[in-house]
Amino acid sequence: MKKTTQPQCWIILGASSSMARAFARAVAKQGASVILAGRDMADLERSAFDLSIRGSRARAMRFDARDPASFQPIIDTAALHEGVINAAVFAGSMPAQSAIDHDPALIDGVIRDNHIGPATFLSLLAPLIEERGDGCVVGIGSVAGDRGRVGNYVYGSAKAGFATYLSGLRNRLTGAGGHVVTVKPGFVDTAMTWGLKGMFLVAAPEAVAGDILKAVEKRRNVIYTPFFWRYIMFVIRSIPERLFKRLSI
Amino acid sequence: MVWKKTDYSGWGRVLRATADLARPERAQHLAQIASDTPCPAIGNCRSYGDAPLNDTGRAIDMTRLNRVIDFDAQTGIVTVEAGITIGDLTRIFAPLGWLPAVIPGTGFATIGGCIALDVHGKNHHNAGSFGQHVVSVTLLNGDKRTVVTPACNKDLFRATIGGIGQTGIISEARLQLKPCPGDVMMVTERRAGSWDEHLALLDNCQATYCVGWIDTTAKGDKLGRGIVEEGELAAGLLPAAKKSKTVPLDAPGFALSGPVVRGFNAAYYRRVPVSGRSLIKRIDDFFFPLDKIHNWNRLYGKGGFYQFQNVVPLDQADALRTMLERITSAGLSSPLAVLKRMGNGRAGHMSFPMEGYTLAVDFPARDAAVELIEMLENMTIDAGGRLYLAKDALTSAAAIKPMYREHAHWLNLVNEQDPNHHFATDMVRRLDLRTTGDQP
Repeated sequence: MKKTTQPQCWIILGASSSMARAFARAVAKQGASVILAGRDMADLERSAFDLSIRGSRARAMRFDARDPASFQPIIDTAALHEGVINAAVFAGSMPAQSAIDHDPALIDGVIRDNHIGPATFLSLLAPLIEERGDGCVVGIGSVAGDRGRVGNYVYGSAKAGFATYLSGLRNRLTGAGGHVVTVKPGFVDTAMTWGLKGMFLVAAPEAVAGDILKAVEKRRNVIYTPFFWRYIMFVIRSIPERLFKRLSI
Repeated sequence: MVWKKTDYSGWGRVLRATADLARPERAQHLAQIASDTPCPAIGNCRSYGDAPLNDTGRAIDMTRLNRVIDFDAQTGIVTVEAGITIGDLTRIFAPLGWLPAVIPGTGFATIGGCIALDVHGKNHHNAGSFGQHVVSVTLLNGDKRTVVTPACNKDLFRATIGGIGQTGIISEARLQLKPCPGDVMMVTERRAGSWDEHLALLDNCQATYCVGWIDTTAKGDKLGRGIVEEGELAAGLLPAAKKSKTVPLDAPGFALSGPVVRGFNAAYYRRVPVSGRSLIKRIDDFFFPLDKIHNWNRLYGKGGFYQFQNVVPLDQADALRTMLERITSAGLSSPLAVLKRMGNGRAGHMSFPMEGYTLAVDFPARDAAVELIEMLENMTIDAGGRLYLAKDALTSAAAIKPMYREHAHWLNLVNEQDPNHHFATDMVRRLDLRTTGDQP
């Protein structure tokens, strides 16, 4: 673990989600300044005020994964901060698979929201991390990306693509002093999973945020959160395809 | 998805509901739901009975709307989303030199809940109720968004404070905080050897915060013995957070049986020296002593428990003593029993407080407890006292309505605001609070 006393700045993409909010509160508590980026500016302004009263310097900025023009201003603002620039990507979208089956045109948006947008943003940010010789990127993948399943495979494929991108980015940034943590949350108690059928062992966003922060501090590469999803996914990945294709899990 | 079928209960876990809950995370989503399907809002369900329940209906879980959205450091007025808890608010602001003016006994209560039940704290005798420090409440009722203040819409404000959510969804509130010197408490604990001594200590208390713990197993000349705890805000070094306190309640399946409670209470009483003692506590240890035993309500087992809380006028102290005698001889109660002298501060038509003595006692849910509570209710009525809607799970419409003299007025206002009873809850239906009549 690399100890640093430098001021920290966290860019949080998709900052309106409950997991992102919990993570923002966790880094704010440690004294980091925070840029909350997302589409719902009114909501982000509220979160920014909330963080500032909790002792952080926080501001809201517009980020739309489908609008690359929104990316550079965030990076330029972050660059004004002294010290270490970090980014956590919580942005993403998950329409029901049945809706996608009905209208395959939705696939375009899913891949943009979960993969193309975040990856493009991070590639624009990477030189800044390399230049400062430090900085951590947290990318939220999903256990859905570990294996394509009938119930969720378009979202899963976007997350799988993003996970592979993160792996490559880790490879790139490590040499320059940076780091990338790939986070694969299981079921988290968020607006995205609220009321969905088949949820079990659902984790609180605060618990997930705590796990992520620990992974950042320990410079872990890939984490499952809660941890037992590593074993669940090991089992799911181990099922031979000739069997798996007949299952509905 | 917006709705999730959820089985939930009040803190006492006796009354339950199965309902579709929405849990919006953004103000915009809340407004959408409020307009599409108006229904009651609920917080952390720390009310013991059915105040937060809407069985077979719908409700909006407000707990994800939990942010501080404005603060004026000159005036100490804070604006919050209604789902933020009083504990969070306390922990955020104490280090900044501000404190909620009234803090109830659990930090898990949401601000929306504190308003809807007009809660009180250990400083009720000098600071009044929670609602007296509310500057404004934002109500959502269908498409309508109303900012209610005591100046602009006094009647609606009074119907909302303590109004168990019947005037609309409490989405935001502005609160007047009070300055505080630091985030520690100087606490003085004194033994009260008997009922008379206990009352005398409460009557003569000059402290800002004051509450009595009562040993409901002590009989005879020890009846009413307990510990009176006084607190003053102070500045100083913060003691390290303790993992758990003296209360040995964290054993799973721990039976709160008679001998165990007697033994525990005796030890708890003797913990304080005869001459009393003063000590420094963390602010949240003082205000929320049970909060670090997470889900302590599970100690009562699957059947759950009741909390009986009443208040009787000052001149009815003897009646309260008789009630305590009945409680002790029944031998049903748990270590959790509180006696406090209240002032007359209340901010709503349906607010609980009145000047007098309030007694709160927990009972495991058994038939004998139900009978005992019914007797205590009747004695409360005879004493001209009142039951607390935040705690009640058992009383009847006929018993409750005469206790709240402004009920008829409140009812008219509420039915005007919500003619289709969108915000009615299980409690409202059980106690028939939204219909006229039955007035003696």
